[in-house]
Amino acid sequence: MELASERTTRKPTVVIQPTKRLLQLDLAALWRYRELLYFMAWRDIIVRYKQTAIGASWAIVQPLISMIIFTLIFSKLAKIPSDGMPYPVFAFAGLLPWTYFSQALTRGANSVVASSNLITKIYFPRLLIPLASTAAPAVDFLFSFVVLLVLMAWYHIAPTWGLLALPLFLGLAFITAMATGLWLAPLNVKYRDVGYVIPFLSQVWMYGSPVVYPVSVIPEKWRLFYSLNPMAGVIEGFRWALFGKGSPHFMVIAISSSVILALLLGGIIYFRHSESTFADVI
Amino acid sequence: MNDISIRVENLAKKYDIGKAKCRHDRLRDQVAHSLKSVFRRNGRPHREESTFWALKDVSLEIRRGEIVGIVGQNGAGKSTLLKILSQITEPTRGRVEIYGRVGSLLEVGTGFHPELTGRENLYLSGAIIGMKKEEIRRHFDAIVEFAEVGKFLDVPVKRYSSGMFVRLAFAVAAHLDPDILLVDEVLSVGDAAFQKKCLGRIGNAAKGGRTVVFISHNMIAVNSLCERVIWMQGGEIVEDGPSAEVVSKYLAKSGEGTNVSEEVWDEVATAPGNDSVRLHRVCVRPVDGSPSDPITICTPFVIEADYWNLRAGAHISLSLLLLNEQGITVLNTFPVIEPVWFKKPHPEGLFRSRVYFPGNLLNDGMHRILLLVVRDQAEEIYSHEDVLVFNVQDSPERRSDWHGKWVGAVRPDLRWETELLEGSDALDKKGVILRGEP
Repeated sequence: MELASERTTRKPTVVIQPTKRLLQLDLAALWRYRELLYFMAWRDIIVRYKQTAIGASWAIVQPLISMIIFTLIFSKLAKIPSDGMPYPVFAFAGLLPWTYFSQALTRGANSVVASSNLITKIYFPRLLIPLASTAAPAVDFLFSFVVLLVLMAWYHIAPTWGLLALPLFLGLAFITAMATGLWLAPLNVKYRDVGYVIPFLSQVWMYGSPVVYPVSVIPEKWRLFYSLNPMAGVIEGFRWALFGKGSPHFMVIAISSSVILALLLGGIIYFRHSESTFADVI
Repeated sequence: MNDISIRVENLAKKYDIGKAKCRHDRLRDQVAHSLKSVFRRNGRPHREESTFWALKDVSLEIRRGEIVGIVGQNGAGKSTLLKILSQITEPTRGRVEIYGRVGSLLEVGTGFHPELTGRENLYLSGAIIGMKKEEIRRHFDAIVEFAEVGKFLDVPVKRYSSGMFVRLAFAVAAHLDPDILLVDEVLSVGDAAFQKKCLGRIGNAAKGGRTVVFISHNMIAVNSLCERVIWMQGGEIVEDGPSAEVVSKYLAKSGEGTNVSEEVWDEVATAPGNDSVRLHRVCVRPVDGSPSDPITICTPFVIEADYWNLRAGAHISLSLLLLNEQGITVLNTFPVIEPVWFKKPHPEGLFRSRVYFPGNLLNDGMHRILLLVVRDQAEEIYSHEDVLVFNVQDSPERRSDWHGKWVGAVRPDLRWETELLEGSDALDKKGVILRGEP
């Protein structure tokens, strides 16, 4: 006969049952699996640069060529102003955060489908997947940033102390990419044609962002509406941090940031809600 | 109560087939479908709601240190159960409690990337299946040795042979040190020596006090590794008990569809045969048993044939060919020395012939009988193909460490002798270089 005191009730390590709660961030699990996040990011980076003969240089060549084309078309032909700065530098400085963002977005949105072999065989917090996909674009960014510094030296433009705010704006770009990716990735699992929409979305978004033109060309009455685009704040802020040209449109940045954060929170909830069906649907 | 490893309560998992059938893979189709249903007449929803329950109310408890095998036909729900225990998919109903760290081996080479080298994949795969970086580093040399990939360690994995790939993948998985190990048929890849290594590894894990849950179709492995076996069918547990018992029942049942261990024809007019002879009954059974009892490689069994002789004075006898799964004729037997009726004229009537097979002669597997009725030991009067189909089950008793498929049309138990002829000093004198311990 068992005495009640003898019966030690151990707490189970894991309880598995159908999930009911809507908001379950489970950050503890993310922390526990942080090493796996590192490995997945490391894998993406290595694979990216391993077999390509061009490899690392593509990260530099691509924005350089875009810059040349933009300079020819938008500056020389269309005569678009550039806040009193040499257009090439202006464009390149806009291209850098933009390329990081669009790469992170595209990879993030496709990441879950691309990892279907893992999802059906092993357990880990699925949030790691889109998170890890933002690592390789970050490495690309670093390479092209070096080129930007070279360009600035060429045009005799010294960076300002605003440089220290750069990581902040990059962080914003990262959050925007994540937020959008978290919405698109589960949608892509369910409806595969979403994957085709993403490159198009990216292109349209670029023209809606101050990459090839400054925010100053947008008429005042539209500016509030324009700043709903989170990347508007990011790119303008990026340029301000580097060159100190004009005051940063803080209003723009503030509105953008609130939009992003709302998007992010919603994205996390939606992703967590969908992830329980990934293995069944993928 | 306090050394439970896994507790499953009323677990159920449903898949929506109906939704999957008219599930639209593309957003534009989904939009079109939704629009159509708006305009549909009578508002009748066009929906085939058919659901498939992969698991229906499964409950079980596994204690710490138990080694449990799960067997069953494909589609029985075994893999679904393991997927839920591994947290890959969510249950529809029910509850699972797990005590301890879980390691799942549902596939060999999870996470391997073809462009990365063996070394890089080792770390990556280790991290993916749940090992900490420090753990991987600690076991690194042991993993490389187990995998026997040696100098190929820094070569991209896409250049590996399939054997090397599997060895490396399993080597990583083998050094995962969880409290609970869930294994799903990963051992069906690789050659025999490798499989032996894997099974040995799993056995060691079990001896170390870990809980092991092991899905397999290899009944030999299941029998030798597991003390307890759970038989699942159609999403439910059919049997749960000591391995020898459950495996035996499972094999008997799975042969049931195709097995013919007994057949009876009551009417002479419609029985198979011709105007000389007609079959009444055939059966195969263990010597002291009935046709429904299982036959293992050790069981002596008997084949009985009852037949009507319709011609007075006929010199008839039976001849029997035994064929195995590959269609090879294992043997042909007929009464050479049979005490009563051999070479004597048979009157009209119902006869019974029996032929006795000793145990430890046949190999395991499905066997079929071709029955011949012969006149004067030479002329074939009647033949009946596949008159009996029966399964000879393997038995772990005569296996020692070997778990693979035993080749050969027969598997007789022959006598072996080994003796030491010359000791090492004699070899020394002859100038043979001795190498010592391998």
